[in-house]
Amino acid sequence: MPETPGSSGSPSARVEITRDEVAHLANLARIDLDDAELDHLAPQLSVILESVASISGVAGDDIPPTSHALPLTNVFREDVIRPGLTAEQALSGAPAHEQQRFSVPRILGDEQ
Amino acid sequence: MSDWTRRTAAELADALAAGEVTSVELTRAHLDRIAEVDGAVHAFLHVDAEGALEQARASDARRAAGTTASPLDGVPIAVKDVLATSGLPTTCGSRILEGWIPPYDATVVARLREAGLPILGKTNMDEFAMGSSTEHSAYGPTHNPWDLDRIPGGSGGGSAAAVAAFEAPLAIGTDTGGSIRQPGAVTGTVGVKPTYGGVSRYGLVALANSLDQAGPVTRTVLDSALLHELIGGHDPLDSTSIDQPLPSLVDAARQGAGGDLTGVRVGVVTELGGEGYQPGVLARFQESLDLLVKAGAEVVEVSCPSFVHALATYYLILPAEASSNLAKFDAMRYGLRVLPEHTDNPSAEDVMRATRDAGFGDEVKRRIILGTYALSSGYYDAYYGQAQKVRTLISRDFAAAFEQADVLVSPTAPTTAFRLGEKLDDPMAMYLNDLATIPANLAGVPGISVPSGLAEEDGLPAGFQILAPALADDRLYRVGAALEAALAEQWGGPLLDQAPELEGASA
Repeated sequence: MPETPGSSGSPSARVEITRDEVAHLANLARIDLDDAELDHLAPQLSVILESVASISGVAGDDIPPTSHALPLTNVFREDVIRPGLTAEQALSGAPAHEQQRFSVPRILGDEQ
Repeated sequence: MSDWTRRTAAELADALAAGEVTSVELTRAHLDRIAEVDGAVHAFLHVDAEGALEQARASDARRAAGTTASPLDGVPIAVKDVLATSGLPTTCGSRILEGWIPPYDATVVARLREAGLPILGKTNMDEFAMGSSTEHSAYGPTHNPWDLDRIPGGSGGGSAAAVAAFEAPLAIGTDTGGSIRQPGAVTGTVGVKPTYGGVSRYGLVALANSLDQAGPVTRTVLDSALLHELIGGHDPLDSTSIDQPLPSLVDAARQGAGGDLTGVRVGVVTELGGEGYQPGVLARFQESLDLLVKAGAEVVEVSCPSFVHALATYYLILPAEASSNLAKFDAMRYGLRVLPEHTDNPSAEDVMRATRDAGFGDEVKRRIILGTYALSSGYYDAYYGQAQKVRTLISRDFAAAFEQADVLVSPTAPTTAFRLGEKLDDPMAMYLNDLATIPANLAGVPGISVPSGLAEEDGLPAGFQILAPALADDRLYRVGAALEAALAEQWGGPLLDQAPELEGASA
C-alpha cells in the first residue's frame, strides 16, 4: 500500500496506486478484472488519485464534516400498514426464481 | 400546418386549453419527430409510442369532461432512464440493467402520470449518471443536435438533446455534479437543479445520495418553472425530502420575464472563471452580465476560496457513495446474471464478480474502485473524512457570498461541446467539465443554466449559470427569465432558432 496521503506534508506528493492494489480493490468490490483491464485502469486511477489527494490538509481539525447538504433529523411515519410489492412483482426482475423465492448460486465454498 | 414540436410547453398548454389541438395530435407530432431524427441524435433508449398515445387519449377525455389534472395535462415529456418507470424499461444506461422493467414508479414519474403528461420514452445517459458526455452509455452516445460529431453533455445528454432537437417539449434530468446544467449549456437549452430535497429522490436509482437531485430540462425558463412546480414538493417516501411548500416558481419566471431586476444583487464568483475557460464562453458570459446590469441588477464580485477544492472533494465523495450504492447490483435479485467461464458449479461470489465485470463499463469500474479505496481503513480519514470537512468549507463560502449577493453567477461549463471520443480515456479532462457546477451539489443549493449565446470561435452554445441559496429556487427563475428575455430580444428569437436543421427532418 502507498504511504498515507499528505504524510509528506506536500499536497502535490505523488500518490501511486499499483496494479496489484487495483486488483485487490477490484476483488473487494467484487469485480473480475482481466489483465488488459488492469493495465488500462491502474494508470488512470493513479492520475485521478493524484488530483484528488490535493485536498489533504485543506481543512483543519476544528472543521466539522458535512454529510448532508441540509441539516436533517430522523424522519418517522405513522406505523400503519401500506401496500407493498406482491411476491410476483418483487420477483419479476429476478434472473432465476422458484417457489416464490429468489434462486441463487451456492453461497458456501467447496471447503465449507 | 403549424409545427407543434417547435412550440414551448407553455404555448402547448395554452393551445390545448383553447381547443386548438389535442394531446393525441401533440403526442403524435413528437413521436413522428423522434422517428425522423432520433436515428441521428440517439436521445432515446426506449420510445413508448403506444403508451404515450394511450395517455394522450386519456388526457383528451379529461379535457372534454372538464377535469384536467394540471396546467401541463396533455403535454408530452421524456424521462431520463435513471428514474424507475413501472412497465417501461429502466436501464440507467447500463448493461447490468438491460431489459429491467421496474415494478413501481419513481415519485417524479408518478407525479407526471397524475398530472396527465404522456411519457414519450426514456432518454440516454452516461452509465449510472457517471460522465459529462453520454459516451459512457452502454447503448452508444447521444449526439449534439448542433453538431452531430459532438457530445451533448452528460450525464443527461439524452434529455437535453431530446428537447434541443424538438423531440420533446419537456424532459426530466438528474444532476449530481452538473448532469442537468452542463448538458443544458452545450445544447442551448435550459436546465434546473433544484435545492437538494426539493424534488423527491424516491425511485431515482442513486449515484450519490447526498448529491443527486432530479429537475426540469426544457427550452425556456417558464417551462422549467411549470415542470418544477409539478414534480417538486414534499414526498414522505424520501426521508431527505424537504417538508415545506415550494416557493412560487411560475410567478417568479413571469415576473422576471418583465425584465426589471432593480435591487437584485448579482455576485460574480471569482473562482469560477478565467483560466481554463474558453474565450467565447467568457465573452458570452460577460455579455449576459451586462444585460443583467441593464435590467437594473447590481453586480458585485465575490470570492469563494474553497471552491478550488470542490472538484477533488466531489471525486472523493461521489465514488465513495457510488461504490456503496452500486453494491446492490449483485446478480441475485434483478438485473444481469453472468456465469463465469471455466468454472463448474460457481459460487454466488464468483457469479457476482463475473456479472459486475461484464455488466459495468470502464467509468463505473473506475469510480467503484476509487470509492472502495477512499473508504478503506487507513485512508478513510485522509480522503473521505477530509472531503466531508471541505464540504463544510464550501457551504460556508456560499453562506458568506449570499450575504453580499442574492444570486451567484458563472459560466455553466468551461467550454462548448467537444468532439465525441476526445476525452473518453482521459478521466481528469472529462471531470473538469463540471468545475463550475459541482459546488452547488456539494452545498445543496439550487442552480439553473440558461443559454447565453454562441461562442465566436466555434459557433456552439454556451450557458450562463445562476445559483441561489437553499430553498430560494424562485430567484433562479426570476433572474433566469430576465436574462432569457433580454437575450431573445437581442437575437430576435430563441437561440435554438439558430441551430442547424437536422438531416432527415423535412423543413
